[in-house]
Amino acid sequence: MGLETKGIYTVHEFTLAVKSTLTTGQFNDVWIRGEISNYTNHSSGHRYFTIKDKNSQLSCIMFKWHGKNLRFEPEHGMNVLVLGDIDVYEQRGIYQVKVRDMRPDGIGELYKAYEQLKNKLAMEGLFSPDHKKPLPGFPTKIGVATSPTGAVFHDILTVLKRRYPVNILFIPTVVQGESAAKSIVNSIEALNRTDVDVIILGRGGGSIEDLWAFNEEIVARAIFYSRIPIISAVGHETDYTICDFVADVRAPTPSAAAEIAVPEKQELANQINRLRDRLIENEKRYLSDRQSRIYELESGVDPRLLLERVTQYVQYIDELAQKQSSSFGRLLEVKQALLDAHTGKLDAVSPLGTLSRGYSIALKMPKKMPVRSIADIEISDEISIIINNGKIRCVVNDKEECKWK
Amino acid sequence: MEMSFEESLTELEGIADKLEKGQLSLDESLLLFQNGIKLVRECNTKLKNTRQNVEKLILENGDIKSEPFDAQE
Repeated sequence: MGLETKGIYTVHEFTLAVKSTLTTGQFNDVWIRGEISNYTNHSSGHRYFTIKDKNSQLSCIMFKWHGKNLRFEPEHGMNVLVLGDIDVYEQRGIYQVKVRDMRPDGIGELYKAYEQLKNKLAMEGLFSPDHKKPLPGFPTKIGVATSPTGAVFHDILTVLKRRYPVNILFIPTVVQGESAAKSIVNSIEALNRTDVDVIILGRGGGSIEDLWAFNEEIVARAIFYSRIPIISAVGHETDYTICDFVADVRAPTPSAAAEIAVPEKQELANQINRLRDRLIENEKRYLSDRQSRIYELESGVDPRLLLERVTQYVQYIDELAQKQSSSFGRLLEVKQALLDAHTGKLDAVSPLGTLSRGYSIALKMPKKMPVRSIADIEISDEISIIINNGKIRCVVNDKEECKWK
Repeated sequence: MEMSFEESLTELEGIADKLEKGQLSLDESLLLFQNGIKLVRECNTKLKNTRQNVEKLILENGDIKSEPFDAQE
C-alpha cells in the first residue's frame, strides 16, 4: 500500500489519535500499585512523580484540586495505591496517569501516614492539654456516635444503665470503610447542634485498616472543634488512634468510656448518706455542746454555791481582822517598852533627881538664872536656893573662888 | 428554679462543712440542718428517679430530628 492510501499524520494528529485510543478505553478509573520516586510537590500545587516496580515505571501527575484531599503526604520510596486515568501529554508525547486519589499501600505505609499526621497535628497543638475540655460531673444527656450494629452501643448502654441511668442520644455512625470518616464528622457536628453534654465516640477493636477512619485528619479536626467534650473509645486498650490524642479524654474501651462518662449511682447514694450522717452528727454535737454550756452556766448561779462563797469570804475577813489585832498588840508592847526606857533616862538627868539626892540649885534673882560659876554672882546679889522640898531666899554676903577638883 | 443534682450535692457538701466548723448561732445551725436534710431528700429522690431514656438522632436534609430508640432491637 502506498503513502496516499494510508495517509500521513502530522505528529500532533498522531498524538491526538493515540490519546483518543488510550483515553476512551479500559485505562480509566484504575488502581495501580507501585513505589513513588522522583516526587516533586511543585510550587503550583500540582504534584509530579513516578511510580515504579521492579520492571517498569509510570509518570504520574496529581493536580492541586485532587491533591488537597490527600490524607497523607507522599514521600519518595513510599509504597502507594493510586487511582487515576490514563492521559497523554501532547507536548512531549508521553502517556501518564492523572492521579485522583492515593493511599498508602500496606500496614507499614499506614503507620507512616499515621505518624506523619500525628506529628503534624501535634505541631499544630491539637493534642495540647490546654485544649482539653473538662467532662461534666453529672451529665444529663450523653451523645453516642457509633455503629448501630455490633456490641459497642449495647455495651455502652448496659454500663450506663447499671452505673447511672441518663438520657442517651444515639447517632448511628459508619465507623469503617470509605464513608466512615465523613460519617463520623457528620455525627460529631450533628451532636454539637443538640443539648447533649458529653459525646462518646466509639468503635470496637480491629486492624489498623479497620480503625483507619479514626486516623483521618478531618475526623481529628472535627473532634478538636467540637464544642462538647468528647470521650474517644476506639478499638482495644492497646490501639491508639489520632482521635484518642485529640479527644478530651481517651477511654481504653467503649465500656470504659461509659464508666468515665457518668458517676456510679450507688457510690453517689453512699456519698449522700455519708453527708446526711455528717449533718446529723454535727447537729447533735452542736446541740449537746450548747446543752452542756447551759449546765455549766446554771451551776455557776446556784444559790448554795453563793452561800458557800459568802461564808468563805466571812471567814477570810475574820482571819484578816485577827491578824491585824494581834500585830497591833505586839506593836503596842514594843512602844511601851521603848517609852519606859526613855523615861528612866530622863529621870537620870532631871534636876529634880539631883535635888532628891540632897543637892540644891542656886538661881540668881530676879531672872532666876542658874548659878554655874562664882563669876555669875556679886556680893549683895539676891539668890534663891531650891532644895528638895522648898525654896530659900538669900542675900550674898561673901564669895570665894575655890577649886574642888 | 429547681437545682440540678450536681448543684444540690455541692450545696449539701457546703452545709455539712459549715456545720462541722461550728461558730454559728443556734438559729443558723438549725436552719442549715433543716436545709441540709431537705437537700439529702432531694438528692436521693433525684437519684432514685434517674431513668435511661434512649433516643436516636436522625439527619434529614441538614435538619436534625430525634425519635425514641428501642435499645433491645
